[in-house]
Amino acid sequence: MMKVFVHFVKDSLDEVTKGSKVYHIWMATLTLIMLIGAFCYYIQVDQGMVVTGMSDNVGWGLYISNFTFLVGIAAAAVMLVLPTYIFKDIDFTQAVLIGEGLAVAALLMCLAFVVVDVGGPANLWHVIPIIGIMNFPNSMLAWDIIVLNGYLFINITVPLYILINVYQNKKPNKNVYLPGVFISVFWAVSIHMVTAFLYQGLQARPFWNTALLGPRFLASAFAAGPALIILVLTIINKYTLFKIASKTIDKIAIIVTVAAQINLIMLISELFKEFYFPTHHSISAQYLFFGLEGKTALVPWIWTAIILNVIATAMLTFHKVRNNKKYLLFACAILFIGIWIEKGFGLIVPGFIPGQWGEIVEYTPTFIEIGVTLGIWAMGAFIFTVLAKAGIAVEVGKLRYKA
Amino acid sequence: MSKEDNKVKDASQMTWHQITTEKSDRRDAIKKLTAGLIAGVGLASTSCSVFSDDQEKEISQLTWDEFFKKNYKIMSDEERIQTVQRLEALYEKKTGNTINMSHQGPIEDVLFGYAFNISKCQGYMDCVNACIEENNQDRNSEMQYIRIHQIEKGHGFNFEKADDNYTNQVPAENHFYIGTQCFHCENPPCVNVCPTEATWKEKDGIVVVDYDWCIGCRYCLASCPYDGRRFNWSQPHVPEDEVNKNQHYLGNRMRKKGVMEKCTFCIQRSRNGNNPACVEACPTGARKFGNLLDPKSEIRWILENKKVFRLKEDLGTEPKFWYYMD
Repeated sequence: MMKVFVHFVKDSLDEVTKGSKVYHIWMATLTLIMLIGAFCYYIQVDQGMVVTGMSDNVGWGLYISNFTFLVGIAAAAVMLVLPTYIFKDIDFTQAVLIGEGLAVAALLMCLAFVVVDVGGPANLWHVIPIIGIMNFPNSMLAWDIIVLNGYLFINITVPLYILINVYQNKKPNKNVYLPGVFISVFWAVSIHMVTAFLYQGLQARPFWNTALLGPRFLASAFAAGPALIILVLTIINKYTLFKIASKTIDKIAIIVTVAAQINLIMLISELFKEFYFPTHHSISAQYLFFGLEGKTALVPWIWTAIILNVIATAMLTFHKVRNNKKYLLFACAILFIGIWIEKGFGLIVPGFIPGQWGEIVEYTPTFIEIGVTLGIWAMGAFIFTVLAKAGIAVEVGKLRYKA
Repeated sequence: MSKEDNKVKDASQMTWHQITTEKSDRRDAIKKLTAGLIAGVGLASTSCSVFSDDQEKEISQLTWDEFFKKNYKIMSDEERIQTVQRLEALYEKKTGNTINMSHQGPIEDVLFGYAFNISKCQGYMDCVNACIEENNQDRNSEMQYIRIHQIEKGHGFNFEKADDNYTNQVPAENHFYIGTQCFHCENPPCVNVCPTEATWKEKDGIVVVDYDWCIGCRYCLASCPYDGRRFNWSQPHVPEDEVNKNQHYLGNRMRKKGVMEKCTFCIQRSRNGNNPACVEACPTGARKFGNLLDPKSEIRWILENKKVFRLKEDLGTEPKFWYYMD
């Protein structure tokens, strides 16, 4: 078994280091962005977090925003896993691997965003049980660390097991991987609920302290995640031997549509509660949507997000529009961007504004922060490309074990 | 000590199983393993460096031991003494000056509480300045634990209409003043959310931070309804001649970048029976501090005879910081 694994790794490495010119340019570009990000991070570690736009007023910014969004992307893999393994919908079989690869990349980005956000990365071992102390079950961050790492483990082991079997021309044993799949379905929901609880549990921040936060996280995740998967599958269809049936994409598009619709309904419910009779607790929402005392940094962003969400949802709702591949891709792209804004800094930053005593201090990310963020996104794309390329090579029969 | 030496010697002969099952000293085991991995690099750099002398080696040894210490909360008395001694030695080796660091624990039957007389405060900010000096707060970022809010009369306690950064002459006409800081809640959300238990409530009610155990995630900052926490966004700096050398491990000892800090009711003073610096500095007598468990204390008299209230009581945090008026 060990011998097979070593061969598998070797063959995969062989596969991912070879490719077309476009592939090499793509990987080189990602590497360059990662290096720039690493340099920015070096400056941050050296000078302290003062090089970011965060302050005692707005304690979390771009990093935690991206973290929150990406947990949703990771969770969205379940929308492919569920129909494939459990409902045995053969149309999803090919896409599921890509979904799992995306989940792994998204999770590693999540962990990276948490690492760059802490002031003392060298002390991170303090949170590891046994050698450190994990404040479990009190701290939701402890829960989050557990569920994210657990989900990462499941999403690495299940596809790896299946791929290694295919690699040896063996049929994967269902009794081995199905339990993992079942757990992963519940686990996917839990990673996003727990991440929502992280904010939802803070009585100090009325903007987050709402029971709708968790369900809304799920709805937006199941819209943005599969939307990204549609875009990725289209690219894979174009550039690789791996062919995804258009039926598969149609089915994923339905998932995106329903999730986007539910997300919009929840948004309306939220807006109604905040603005029908504004209370003291609506003040952060007022800042977000209309600005306060002339401070309006987030206003253009959130309206852009809402417009993108509404247009995308409307386009997806009409079958004729959705079934046109060009429109579908456009709708998926703007939906992805819309949710990234809305659930990223559109959710995190207003939680801190106004401050506890009403002072309005705005937040603008610095170039260093943006550099680190882009670096992590490039890292995610890099990881996904490597995983997908090796995985596809196995799936199409190019990579096989030669004993 | 000799037992320790033996342990180090034997580490090379230990198996992974032995090391990991040695429950009492797991951290020690990790230390040994890590040491083994990077010993080569470390030795090479210290022994080859032309600048390295005994002093530097001692500093790196002390820094190394400090890095791998436990959370102060779960340390034994002996371990607490050791870390305090290391920190004192490090300070002396780095600056040539001596500091006196206390590790004094809470006193039996003491629960600290604070009361603020809104009628008396005139906004002089002497408390803020005394706090900065007493607690070695970063001068570069002008960190302040205390906020004094200047509020125009006629709006009640409307903090949104308050000016927290006023520079006008005080007391300004038609205005009143109210101070906020960490309220040392009986039910502190910041303690709950900390993923590493780097912040906790001591037996005498003081909410403290182990600056060396904090990872700097700022979850506590997000969870505090009272703006009681401050983060070191850069390396804090205090001019050497302004450093308060009377320190407490959980109080005003020097901090580093990337960690959280906050008001500790001047733990280095209050546990010695003194008032916090802000109470002592207040020229109007607006600030009162004392033992809530002592029926004869002034704070108890205020709570029993004045119409006291607390801020954001609906959040269930139970602050030990009351306001009252004459």
